[in-house]
Amino acid sequence: MSALIEFQKVCKYYQMGDTVVKAADHISFQIQKGEFVAIVGKSGSGKSTCMNIIGCLDVPTSGTYLLGGNDVGSLSKNDLAEIRNKMLGFIFQQYNLLPKLTVLENVEVPLMYAGVPKPERRQRALDALEVVGLASKLKNMPNQLSGGQQQRVSIARALAGNPAVILADEPTGALDSRTSREVLGMLQNLHSQGHTVVLITHDNSIAVTAQRIIRLEDGQVVYDGDAHAPEAVVSHNDPWLERGSAS
Amino acid sequence: MSLLETAQMAIQNIFSSKMRSFLTMLGIIIGIASVMVIIGLGNGMEVYMTEQFQAIGANTLEVSIMGRGSSRNADEEDLYRIVADHPEDLSLISPTVSVRSTAKVGTETLLFTSTTGVGEDYFTIKQYTIAQGRGLQYIDMDKRLHVCVVGQYIADEYYNGDAVGQSIRVGGTKYEIVGVMSQEGDTLEEGGTDDVIFLPYTTAARLTGTEVTNYTITVVDESRATECRELVEDELTEIFGSDSAFTVISMTEILNMMTEMLNVMITILAAIAAISLVVGGIGIMNIMLVSVTERTREIGIRKALGAKERSIMAQFVVEAAVTSAIGGAIGIAAGYAFSSLASSLIVTLLDTNMSVTPTASSIALAFGISAAIGILFGYLPAKKAAQLNPIDALRYE
Ligand SMILES: Nc1ncnc2c1ncn2[C@@H]1O[C@H](COP(=O)(O)OP(=O)(O)OP(=O)(O)O)[C@@H](O)[C@H]1O
Ligand SMILES: [Mg+2]
Repeated sequence: MSALIEFQKVCKYYQMGDTVVKAADHISFQIQKGEFVAIVGKSGSGKSTCMNIIGCLDVPTSGTYLLGGNDVGSLSKNDLAEIRNKMLGFIFQQYNLLPKLTVLENVEVPLMYAGVPKPERRQRALDALEVVGLASKLKNMPNQLSGGQQQRVSIARALAGNPAVILADEPTGALDSRTSREVLGMLQNLHSQGHTVVLITHDNSIAVTAQRIIRLEDGQVVYDGDAHAPEAVVSHNDPWLERGSAS
Repeated sequence: MSLLETAQMAIQNIFSSKMRSFLTMLGIIIGIASVMVIIGLGNGMEVYMTEQFQAIGANTLEVSIMGRGSSRNADEEDLYRIVADHPEDLSLISPTVSVRSTAKVGTETLLFTSTTGVGEDYFTIKQYTIAQGRGLQYIDMDKRLHVCVVGQYIADEYYNGDAVGQSIRVGGTKYEIVGVMSQEGDTLEEGGTDDVIFLPYTTAARLTGTEVTNYTITVVDESRATECRELVEDELTEIFGSDSAFTVISMTEILNMMTEMLNVMITILAAIAAISLVVGGIGIMNIMLVSVTERTREIGIRKALGAKERSIMAQFVVEAAVTSAIGGAIGIAAGYAFSSLASSLIVTLLDTNMSVTPTASSIALAFGISAAIGILFGYLPAKKAAQLNPIDALRYE
């Protein structure tokens, strides 16, 4: 059986004047169905670039990205939209709720684009909000909720379409530590219910929530393995580490 | 996602910023309202004009003989024969002789009364009916009798409504009133359609000492007015050996010509007003472009959640179309309000009962045009929105 997500020498280059920024530089990895993976790295290491490619929001400069065995590079814009709708659930750092819609309506949006009929759509959105414990805030507008609550709405929204992969880019970046733990707990719950979760973070203490860590540095994979191995949480090019080993 | 839901979403959005939406619609509102008032005014004028013509007989030919001073001339007999010879085209004829002499009842002078000598068919031609007594008859013409028919105004004003059998003086001669016409005008007034005296044309011709030169002929079929006019012209040309000794005017042709001129004028005015519709459309395009920029992030989010290009496209096109359709609806309401205002102004200021009446078809057209303008001018901004790259749109601050 092939992997759910497979990167084969994926590159993403940006031309900035006469220098080339290698945001992703020959990245290869596989993620199986049901895994909980954290992609970690310092700022600018290429995490969001990876997430955008996994999320079919962006296409690689070169290399191949297979999602569920299909080469995403050969698909049309319409097909990509359909894949985002059916296979992917996004959780953003900035929540990205639609400000003019109520909580319930926000959760319904992906189902609406999927063409789910109204009554069923409503029921599924209600169920998803139940899961994140916000069934009492259906009629609220996003700006009437706390940051943690808004992030839970966006988790419900990602969940409602029952996607193959849940992608979370710095989901706790704007939250305090207690709320962060709540949100991470929710992701762990989703994982234990069989969802595939990809968590993107720069914070090692958050990354260890996952089973497996893929560490990026300057657009390259420098570690890929068990989240609880001691090498998983250290930076390879870290000058402190180098000095430590030299002495 | 259904069109209905897209429309609901659009309406929600439009109502979430009412002032801005209203200002966006203003161009369309003004455009639709002014087109409606102008077309309504044109309609009203056409109806009014046709009514006026109908009153003087739209199905008539007015023949006027100038003569050439030559031996050969056309008299009543010639004209009656022309009509009798073409029963399939021409039906009735009446000479008309206008009498300048003033009329008197007792010692009172009727300064504004118009006196005309006419044939026995004149009342049928004009669709006048006799209220009391009788109309003029062939015998009156033949014997040059001193009889007359008067209008309701004269009967009421000078004879307390009991005029038949009484007498009236015209140019010093006494005439017996044998009939009273039914009221023709909307009101009885001095110098109006009911302040009239009709004499037998033979009597009138003797009174004025002139020959009969004017005739009114009715045509059988108004749509053949031009052919009928040419027919009479041909006959008269044959008599005179020239076509410069007479004129034949077809009232139908004149009415058609005037209606056509009016329509051209109204079309030009409406086209000028329609320019504001285009300006309104550009206003909508402008606001939609701003709105696309403002909502770049929203578009990015929607795309990340699976919106296809055509869904985003539909969202913005429908929003533009709904905006301008609402503008169109308000414009139609405003058009109605201004039309009835204009109607009452015309009635009070000009004292004619011409009404500004927008037609159902012009309203339907106006509404269609406004929705079409929305779609047309919404297309470009919608295209721009639909083609945004999801990742750039999401990053947009
Ligand atoms: N649109 C772009 N144009 C040019 N350079 C870009 C663009 N997007 C990303 N980059 C560059 O690519 C590199 C990787 O960026 P990326 O956003 O993936 O980093 P990150 O790991 O998500 O960082 P952070 O933790 O700060 O979010 C950076 O050096 C960035 O400057
Ligand atoms: Mg990032």
